[in-house]
Amino acid sequence: MSGLTSLTLAQARKALANKDFTAVELTDAHLAAMEKARALNAYVLETPDRAKAMARASDARIAAGKAGPLEGIPLGIKDLFCTEGVRTTACSHILGNFVPPYESTVTAHLWRDGAVMLGKLNNDEFAMGSSNETSCFGPVVNPWRRHRTRACPSSVLQDSGSRVNPASEGSNVGASAMGGIEGAHLVPGGSSGGSAAAVAARLCLGATATDTGGSIRQPAAFTGTVGVKPTYGRCSRWGIVAFASSLDQAGPIARTVRDGAMLLRSMAGHDPKDTTSADRAVPDYEQAIGRSIKGMTIGIPKEYRLDGMPQEIEALWEKGKDWLKSAGARLVDISLPHTKYALPAYYIVAPAEASSNLARYDGVRYGLREDGRDIIDMYERTRAEGFGDEVRRRVMIGTYVLSAGYYDAYYLRAQKVRTLIKRDFETCFADGIDAVLTPATPSAAFGIGEKGGADPVEMYLNDIFTVTVNMAGLPAIAVPAGLDSQHLPLGLQVIGRPFDEETLFALGAVIEQAAGHFHPERWW
Amino acid sequence: MKTETKTRSHLLKGATGDWEIVVGMEVHAQVTSKSKLFSGAATAFGGEPNTHVSLVDAAMPGMLPVINEECVKQAIRTGLGLNAAINLKSVFDRKNYFYPDLPQGYQISQYKSPIVGEGEVTVDTADGETFTVGIERLHLEQDAGKSLHDQHATMSYVDLNRSGVALMEIVSKPDIRSAEQAKAYVSKLRSILRYLGTCDGDMEKGNLRADVNVSVRRPGEPLGTRCEIKNVNSIRFIGQAIEHEARRQIDLIEEGGAVEQETRLFDPGKGETRSMRSKEEAHDYRYFPDPDLLPLEFDDAYVAALQDGLPELPDARKARFIAAFGLSPYDANVLVSERETADFYETVAKGRDAKAAANWVINDLFGRLNKEGKDVTSSPVSAGQLGAILDLIADRTISGKIAKDLFEIVWSEGGDPRAIVEARGLKQVTDLGAIEKAIDDVIANNPDKVADARTNPKAIGWFVGQVMKSSGGKANPQAVNDLLRTKLGL
Repeated sequence: MSGLTSLTLAQARKALANKDFTAVELTDAHLAAMEKARALNAYVLETPDRAKAMARASDARIAAGKAGPLEGIPLGIKDLFCTEGVRTTACSHILGNFVPPYESTVTAHLWRDGAVMLGKLNNDEFAMGSSNETSCFGPVVNPWRRHRTRACPSSVLQDSGSRVNPASEGSNVGASAMGGIEGAHLVPGGSSGGSAAAVAARLCLGATATDTGGSIRQPAAFTGTVGVKPTYGRCSRWGIVAFASSLDQAGPIARTVRDGAMLLRSMAGHDPKDTTSADRAVPDYEQAIGRSIKGMTIGIPKEYRLDGMPQEIEALWEKGKDWLKSAGARLVDISLPHTKYALPAYYIVAPAEASSNLARYDGVRYGLREDGRDIIDMYERTRAEGFGDEVRRRVMIGTYVLSAGYYDAYYLRAQKVRTLIKRDFETCFADGIDAVLTPATPSAAFGIGEKGGADPVEMYLNDIFTVTVNMAGLPAIAVPAGLDSQHLPLGLQVIGRPFDEETLFALGAVIEQAAGHFHPERWW
Repeated sequence: MKTETKTRSHLLKGATGDWEIVVGMEVHAQVTSKSKLFSGAATAFGGEPNTHVSLVDAAMPGMLPVINEECVKQAIRTGLGLNAAINLKSVFDRKNYFYPDLPQGYQISQYKSPIVGEGEVTVDTADGETFTVGIERLHLEQDAGKSLHDQHATMSYVDLNRSGVALMEIVSKPDIRSAEQAKAYVSKLRSILRYLGTCDGDMEKGNLRADVNVSVRRPGEPLGTRCEIKNVNSIRFIGQAIEHEARRQIDLIEEGGAVEQETRLFDPGKGETRSMRSKEEAHDYRYFPDPDLLPLEFDDAYVAALQDGLPELPDARKARFIAAFGLSPYDANVLVSERETADFYETVAKGRDAKAAANWVINDLFGRLNKEGKDVTSSPVSAGQLGAILDLIADRTISGKIAKDLFEIVWSEGGDPRAIVEARGLKQVTDLGAIEKAIDDVIANNPDKVADARTNPKAIGWFVGQVMKSSGGKANPQAVNDLLRTKLGL
């Protein structure tokens, strides 16, 4: 059965339609893989009974000729999505054993289209983190491990085709030249670390994720998967535990660009229950795959060339330009002058909204309650006990920047910066730029416990290439584009015009075609 | 800001001289709508605790607010009724604070950009004074739930039925100069809201309540430090709270102290205000635009359509009553204050003597209703019945005096007034022969009174009384009077 987990979503869909195997068999194969992969800590809750029941129902619909677009496709769901009757915690102790009596709009769309839920996926607590280390369920382990080859560190960027990470178990050989420990456990990125790890390790055919500052694209880049952050408003936020409302957006993590397109088509759509969701028709994104990119104008922003950026990232970017150029696109150097302010502004806006969004976790109605002398004491004990360090840090920052006397200096100014960042992109798009190509992350995956211990800003810098997109509300895709010298995956990011995800899928498919696919070897 | 001392004197005497009260009010009016401001839950009053609560109202994870368009329309209608500027774009903000009956940990309100801007209300007091109160703004916001502290020895209970219900906060300028004016202002505001159908004005249920800002100053001096008296829920209490608070502040200053800016509560039992929290303890609400909601936008046509649908409001109706019916401003004012009363009056007055109708409605009907603690909507005498009584007077079927008796009969027994008159023989006697006979009898039996009347013509009243009495009140008084004058040679 293990062959079934190596299929792409598109392949599985075709095989199910051909009745090559049943949805139950496909689901069982994944449940078995999940059981063997618990060391990765990707799932915080497995729902095998529900999965099997949903798969049986799918088989019945397939037999009846009533298959939906994702019929029988087993998926993992980030624990930020409320799932009716299934524990939802946002990986925070404060939600305890909260079981929502409602289903998020995005997951409801997936079930409507026939998908099967395998379980709930780990993430940074309340989606606050870039390494999945802030989860109350503990960190997720990246299925990729470092393997240092002395032969040709950059050769991997020169040829294409499907590759396998040659890392093998027990090959710890001490610190490498890049500071990592070969074979040591790496982070999968965050906050959607469980989603990315599960997709990379073949523990589901695709996963839901959310992206507030890079939480889909950065873990996708760290795990060799495809991450799609749609335009703000493309997917409903209803039923997704809120982090920063003006930035949060759901999207898929998948093994291929096509799989990502299929998932987004189901997830997206107008929802009257979310007034920020866009009332626009959802295109059949799959149709964009294979579409010619000839004549497209791709912007290369000079501000994304950072001082001290690893040469490998630089080389990856050059490779990406070459691929797009070869496919007929025109490359243009552009300037997004306010880029350098994006990260600081983001770390004002996001915590501000979070400090307010998380006020509802007060011990009064659901989740954790730590009794106290009086109501204030109860609040303080509950929130001190229920929130982890990173969440507490952001709630305090957010509270501070919204306080009387500081609001203008911080929150208001950050919002102005946000407008300028948005304008930077608008100007480029108005000048005829169809999409913007950048690296997805400033580095490959790092070791668990390696970053942010002393200085949280070290961790925040992971989002340097991704936050601008959230600040501007734009769509972006992260596509695996190569392996670094330690055989860890690296990704490229393509940023598009508002609601033009189709162009991103077209460009993503070109990169994917040129770069090939990247899979970690199973060691767990 | 208009803060000039009003010409009419409302000054309070202190030990060291005169003081002027300055009052501004924030009136919270519950919007009349079937469902809450941002959720589909019902707004009905009096349900079992926590039975009108949606997932949004309980602030479950991932829930989002969606604006209820009817509440927006109600706010615009109210703004138009207050002669105020309607803002085509407004913004909802979050007001952050922790309290068990505030599930989200913030109240969605409008802070910097309210839906309604400046307007004004013309107010008449009971003693005939007319003054204008400026409206600073009107904004939409959510109500909180209710904490119940008396249900358990150590715990408080929370009822979220009210949580998320739409409120309009109507903020006045500090244009009010006395407790009487404040009461008249709230009464007028309530009247306008009820005419518009945008708030039922039920203060007992807390559907209309006021935060009252009170300060005092020497006439002509700048504004003094104000205290805010929270959540006063009756017009009478508003008056008492202002009087007590003004006196407290005057005494404090005259004793050499200073007023501290603070929030106070009115205790109706003791008739006094007491400190709730000082300025230092004031919350930092960390207002910021709610990222879950887009700015609220509509166009002029949207406002115009609502304007076209507005009913006639108290001021316009009063003017029409004065012009069309020849009523005094006082009577017109009394009649228009409640829409139901004005409607009742118009039904009675239609096609009849409008002044007589006003007298009957104001004196007889209101007098009787007040005595029984009823209002016009539960009047045992309908407008149709009162109209019929007026018709019987007009066509001289009954006298005014009989009409009062007839009113009592209709009040307690009901029925068609004309049929009652027929059945009970209440018809006025206009048969001159019968009246003449009665007059002759009285004159014959009372020669001394006849002599009296010849020297003192006013004594005729005694004869009229005797004749009316012998006719059982049914004799036409004018005919009796005329005949008596002839017979007595006056």
